Amino acid sequence: MSAQAQPSELPGAIKEDEAPGAAGKAPGTGKVPDFPPKGRISSEGKVLNVFSHGMLVLWGLLVTLPLLWAVMSSLKTDKEIFTSPWGLPASLHFDNWSRAWSKSNIGDFFLNTVLVVGCSLIGTMLLGSMAAYVLARFEFPGKRIIYFMFVGGMSFPVILALVPLFFVMRNMSLLNTYHGLILVYIAYSLPFTVFFLTSFFKTLPSSVAEAALIDGASQTRTFFQVMLPMAKPGLISVGIFNFLGQWNQYMLPTVLNTDEDKRMLTQGLVQLAASQQYKGDWSALFAGLVLAMLPVLGVYIVFQRQVQTGLTAGALK
Amino acid sequence: MQHGKHQSATAVVAKVPGGKHPGVKQPRVKLSTRQKMERAYHQYGFPLGFLALPVVIYAIFVISPFVQSIYYSFTDWTGLSSDFKMVGFKNYDWLLHDDLFWTAVGHNVLLLLVVPLVTLGLGLFFAFMLNVGGRSKKNAAVSGVRGSSIYKVVYFFPQVLSIAIVALLFQFTYNPRNGALNAFLGGIGLDSLQQEWLADPKLALWCLMVVMVWCNVGFYVVLFSAGMSAIPKDFYEAALLDGANRITTFFRITLPLLWDTVQTGWIYMGILALDAFAVVQIMTVGPGGPADSTQVLGYMVYTKTFRDGQAGRATAIGVAMLIVTLIFAVIVGRLGRRERLEY
Repeated sequence: MSAQAQPSELPGAIKEDEAPGAAGKAPGTGKVPDFPPKGRISSEGKVLNVFSHGMLVLWGLLVTLPLLWAVMSSLKTDKEIFTSPWGLPASLHFDNWSRAWSKSNIGDFFLNTVLVVGCSLIGTMLLGSMAAYVLARFEFPGKRIIYFMFVGGMSFPVILALVPLFFVMRNMSLLNTYHGLILVYIAYSLPFTVFFLTSFFKTLPSSVAEAALIDGASQTRTFFQVMLPMAKPGLISVGIFNFLGQWNQYMLPTVLNTDEDKRMLTQGLVQLAASQQYKGDWSALFAGLVLAMLPVLGVYIVFQRQVQTGLTAGALK
Repeated sequence: MQHGKHQSATAVVAKVPGGKHPGVKQPRVKLSTRQKMERAYHQYGFPLGFLALPVVIYAIFVISPFVQSIYYSFTDWTGLSSDFKMVGFKNYDWLLHDDLFWTAVGHNVLLLLVVPLVTLGLGLFFAFMLNVGGRSKKNAAVSGVRGSSIYKVVYFFPQVLSIAIVALLFQFTYNPRNGALNAFLGGIGLDSLQQEWLADPKLALWCLMVVMVWCNVGFYVVLFSAGMSAIPKDFYEAALLDGANRITTFFRITLPLLWDTVQTGWIYMGILALDAFAVVQIMTVGPGGPADSTQVLGYMVYTKTFRDGQAGRATAIGVAMLIVTLIFAVIVGRLGRRERLEY
């Protein structure tokens, strides 16, 4: 047994089975063990390969077909949408898109969203990285309480805070204002941002910051000119995460921002859907949906690697 | 804490006021109160200055509403006027005897069980197919399928779209008259399977679950795939040589080594499934219908406050949701407790 398990005495077996346990399965024969795993594995592998490609393609279709169907419908006439939902449009009606953009105010909602998300993203990144930096690299009383206060916010359902939040905002006259919405977006993005960046700042070497301090830079300057540039990869990941989260936010603006003119894109679309279905202008509705979808998908396709790592990084930590 | 080494190193830096060399010894003398305050400023002034604004914003908009909601749940507050009084457990008593509440709890529990299970199951399945389903190559017992990164890019599409957009898209898809689903079934000759979908009380909730699963599978494929590619290939090789088939390797190698990630995903999905506000509010008739068949706690909080003017009761529902979340997290934590495997 022990002799057989030694590959040096079985020159023929070396290539095929490297695991010593496999050789031990043919005791007493003294020959190369009767164990041709290659053949069995590869035939099983072939069946599996066809099967896995089949399943993977099937899910790929399930994901893409609804999206393609929406794009197709957005280029059809209303009549075509009703008579042949899966048929190709006879001619491409891009006028649906321009109608949705200007007449249905999708363009305005789009700009509102750009404004609010732009400001709150900058605010989130600035305040989040400041808090995370201090929590990661300084010692002071109450530090752990503050850290857990931030991180704890990740695990509570937002809807629990929604009702009192509405009245907090009303008392501060922040309802239906852009700056109110921006503050709320920042506040609800802080838990993940602080959590992620704190652990990121801890991994950065402290020697560079020490050198900057010894050279006479203030703490503030060290943070902005030395530490932030060093933290760039982490900032990009969490920035993408926050951008998508804030751009796609629906529940917060629905409750806190009910002014017709100040609607976010998601709200505007839902409102549009409710009104257009009565009017029967389905083509403009699909066009609005596609206009809201395409920029995000475009950004995603360009930056797909960063987006995938940015979004999954939190769960892997 | 885990990163003790870094902290102690940086703490030294932090205690050195700007500009002074850390090596230079300073004479030890008794400090006056003023000097003490100055030293405290040097030591804590910077962290305080950097933390002040984030903490204040967070306290006003996140912490205080959470705390208030627990307080308000013991009052008869309508949300419309500013006068209210404490009523003890009256709101909770009302909840326990409210049929709609229990209907919503039932739906939430169903969502909590089905959506994470199906989403994570499909996520694991596709990730395994991507990483192990490839044609065997020389010298490698297992390999990923060709084009796995393209699959991942496509699967991730729904994850970057707003839940509002996805909900609308599926509302149109389910539309019995001109929706893609019935048209597709009609097109391939399965007219008998055509349904009213969202208008059918028996099917509506399941239609919502499909949407929630559709959205999130891609995320977990990418997440689990990253975890699986970190598992050394020798493990599979050894197991296959020992006569294990691929299904066995999945349950004996892949799943145990990914367990931590699966468990985190389970809690994330649970919180997401418990919410369900957007899909219910946008997609369903009523919303919450037909015949309350899609009523969930999240949407009930919204209607109780903004339609019925019963903010006290609404916050009590919110607290009930919190309790369900905590119970869920504890159960997942208990069920899933295993030895952490290092490799």
